[in-house]
Amino acid sequence: MNASAAAAILPCWSCKGPVCGRALFCSVCGAVQGPNAADHFARLGMTPAYDIDIDALERQYFGFQRRLHPDRFAGRSGKEKMLSQQQATSLNEAYETLKDPLKRAVYLLGLLGRAVDLSACGTISDPELLMEQMEKREAIAEADTVEAITKLSASADADVIACQCHISAAFNAGDLDAAAELATRLKYLTKLAEDARARKGRLMRGA
Amino acid sequence: MLLQLHEPGETPAPHDDEGGLAVGIDLGTTNSVVAVARDGKAEVLRGEDGRGLVPSVVHYGDDGSVVVGEKAREAILESPDHVISSVKRLMGRGLEDVKSLAGTLPYSVEVAPEGGMVRLKVAGRVLTPVEVSADILRAIKARAEAALAKGVDKAVVTVPAYFDDAARTATRDAARLAGLEVLRLVNEPTAAALAYGLDNAAEGLYAVYDLGGGTFDVSLLRMEKGVFQVKATGGDAALGGDDIDHAIAEHFLAERAERLGEQTITAGEAKQALMVARIAKECLSRSEGGEWMIEVDGKPSRHFLDRATLERLALPFVGRTMSICRGVVADAGVELSDVRGVVLVGGSTRMPLVRAKVAEFFGRQPLADINPDEVVAVGAALQAEALTAGSDTLLLDVTPLSLGIETMGGIVEKVIPRNQPIPVAMAQEFTTYQDGQTAMAIHVVQGEREMVDQCRSLARFTLRGIPPMTAGAARIRVTFTVDADGLLTVSARETATGVEQNVAVKPSYGLSEDEMAQMLRESLEHARDDMARRVLTEAVVEARRSVLAVKAALRADSDLLSGTEQQAIDAALAEVERAIAGTDRDAVNAAVERLEAATKGFAEKRMDRGIRQALAGVSVETLGSALDGGEE
Ligand SMILES: Nc1ncnc2c1ncn2[C@@H]1O[C@H](COP(=O)(O)OP(=O)(O)OP(=O)(O)O)[C@@H](O)[C@H]1O
Ligand SMILES: [Mg+2]
Ligand SMILES: [Zn+2]
Repeated sequence: MNASAAAAILPCWSCKGPVCGRALFCSVCGAVQGPNAADHFARLGMTPAYDIDIDALERQYFGFQRRLHPDRFAGRSGKEKMLSQQQATSLNEAYETLKDPLKRAVYLLGLLGRAVDLSACGTISDPELLMEQMEKREAIAEADTVEAITKLSASADADVIACQCHISAAFNAGDLDAAAELATRLKYLTKLAEDARARKGRLMRGA
Repeated sequence: MLLQLHEPGETPAPHDDEGGLAVGIDLGTTNSVVAVARDGKAEVLRGEDGRGLVPSVVHYGDDGSVVVGEKAREAILESPDHVISSVKRLMGRGLEDVKSLAGTLPYSVEVAPEGGMVRLKVAGRVLTPVEVSADILRAIKARAEAALAKGVDKAVVTVPAYFDDAARTATRDAARLAGLEVLRLVNEPTAAALAYGLDNAAEGLYAVYDLGGGTFDVSLLRMEKGVFQVKATGGDAALGGDDIDHAIAEHFLAERAERLGEQTITAGEAKQALMVARIAKECLSRSEGGEWMIEVDGKPSRHFLDRATLERLALPFVGRTMSICRGVVADAGVELSDVRGVVLVGGSTRMPLVRAKVAEFFGRQPLADINPDEVVAVGAALQAEALTAGSDTLLLDVTPLSLGIETMGGIVEKVIPRNQPIPVAMAQEFTTYQDGQTAMAIHVVQGEREMVDQCRSLARFTLRGIPPMTAGAARIRVTFTVDADGLLTVSARETATGVEQNVAVKPSYGLSEDEMAQMLRESLEHARDDMARRVLTEAVVEARRSVLAVKAALRADSDLLSGTEQQAIDAALAEVERAIAGTDRDAVNAAVERLEAATKGFAEKRMDRGIRQALAGVSVETLGSALDGGEE
């Protein structure tokens, strides 16, 4: 325990003294440090869980950005500007991942050792999901009034929310296989909801 | 968790001796404005005539003179071939891009033999849009220096949120040519929101509708706890009041041709018609109708125009802005009712038709208390002060357009989608498609379309030295990094062998480093001084940081030093401070190096003690935290 604490002590690039590997700033000279290897939850000071308080996440993100964003380092040395840019980049990546219900599910599954690769599978292997998706996609493509598409879009949004609730329940029950399967489902539902929204936009613009 | 962290990295007050003032500049298509802020109050810097707007028009004389502003604009009629206007539309653009503008530009445009950014032919000279913009910025800088009786060498410069990487880079280059350090490129809508103090207003979603001379922009900003976030942006880099002027001018010219029984329209007539059209349009924002005259070669024609006719001519353009608004709202996935306020920006929003349409669309009266053509500069000035003096407000911007790479068959693979908060870094893996392939061409593009030829080409480079493998075996990781100004860097790496290439993307339509250096040499009589000063300033900033760091370390841990060790460090510190007071960069760097050597043993002792304490269970959080940071 203490040995690992010692290993987490690194020299500050600026004053060369000891600084905790997790620190954002050197407590002696105040220099900004580079981003550490923390996971996205730790980076934003959140407990790793699927159910997160989005307001709290946002507050944390803004709070960190306010201190680390490159704008806070205008007129500072080149190295400080570079490190702050890296810090801000890491914060953006963490925030973008955690605030999105699908990305968060996939990321958390990875952290828990149950990696899923949603980008790889272009085809749907589950025949039931496939049928459902094809039918809904067709309905969206064929909707040609604002009322019809508004209804479809609302129902697609509702499906997305329901699926997120199921994912949450699966994580809470510790059933990672179910969570992984639902994450795949969420990916397609989200895509459908986006398509529906886009079509709604086009119909409303009269195109 | 947030509270546990130390706060020693606060931005220090700037050193007054580090150079001139920082101003905010709205470099517009039609007009440019400069403002300065002190203690949170911004003031537009006016010329002798009391006007804040400097027409973004440059007159190049046969004698080599350069005149910017109202005088240059007046000269359009007498010597149109010596005047350049609306140059912002050409920033970072190639000939292909400006074809659509052909005929709308009152000067001839060509490409350089080696391709790239367009060149302008004027008064026997060939200039890039960057150089013309630099001339405008020089005039703005001179105006600010005269008004403030002080040197000005730093600026926040605004750009349309929709500006792509090429145009942003070109803007930055122009400022550099004019001897201005760009503290930050800020999106115009964000600047406008700052000017309205929306950073202190009720939290929520705000829309900024900006219809200027040459560009239209609409943005949705979210303001929360002092943080501004651009949620979504949209616009058209070639839509604005100029288009309305053209429509009116065509209307006038058709009337004139009919009345005078002439078929051909001369360039002189076109120019005068445009100028009269603008005057008529601006006048009709206040009155209901009027009569104007075009007179060329002694042939006068009179033209009556009322507001209803104007609005009929303007409606297609205003309509286009509204459908872009609709798209942006849909894109952001928000409801119109979420929008808590609408800010009007740009001279063209003085038109009653525009105000009515905006109010109708958003279902509320827009904010328009600040002069719509000065509001952007006011916000830029506030941000310039915030950056140099420190502030609580933070601007978080997003990528305006998707960035991607060309893959097989001319299809674009997106690497960074649009509306991503910046700074951002994202990577994508690609592979070879031929056996034994040792090089891979990388073509970086920007835009939303799927096919390469419908996107904008930003840069091309070739990754070489890939070890020959079977097709599909190599793993080439391409990383895109976009900084807080929205400027892109691309690096590519073959992951098996680590062959790596880094390119700062100098856009296809940009200037090369060589061209830039050449222009700096030619254009600034004191270019060398300028460069030397810049390098010295950098060395001094770095040296100051070293001194503060060592002093902080001494305050925390000087008990580790013997009397002689301490004296050696003190002497090295004094030497750096002496060097900083001088102007010799090499002396500064040498003194910093000696300081580093003199503190090497001290640093080792500090690390040793830190590790020993950690092993003994002293909480790492409390290590060295007896003092609150290193600033004096
Ligand atoms: N009273 C008015 N009524 C109508 N239009 C006006 C009025 N005053 C100015 N304009 C128009 O506003 C435009 C210039 O606006 P502005 O100065 O905001 O543009 P800009 O910032 O230079 O351009 P851009 O934002 O496109 O870069 C011109 O087309 C001008 O004719
Ligand atoms: Mg403008
Ligand atoms: Zn330090």
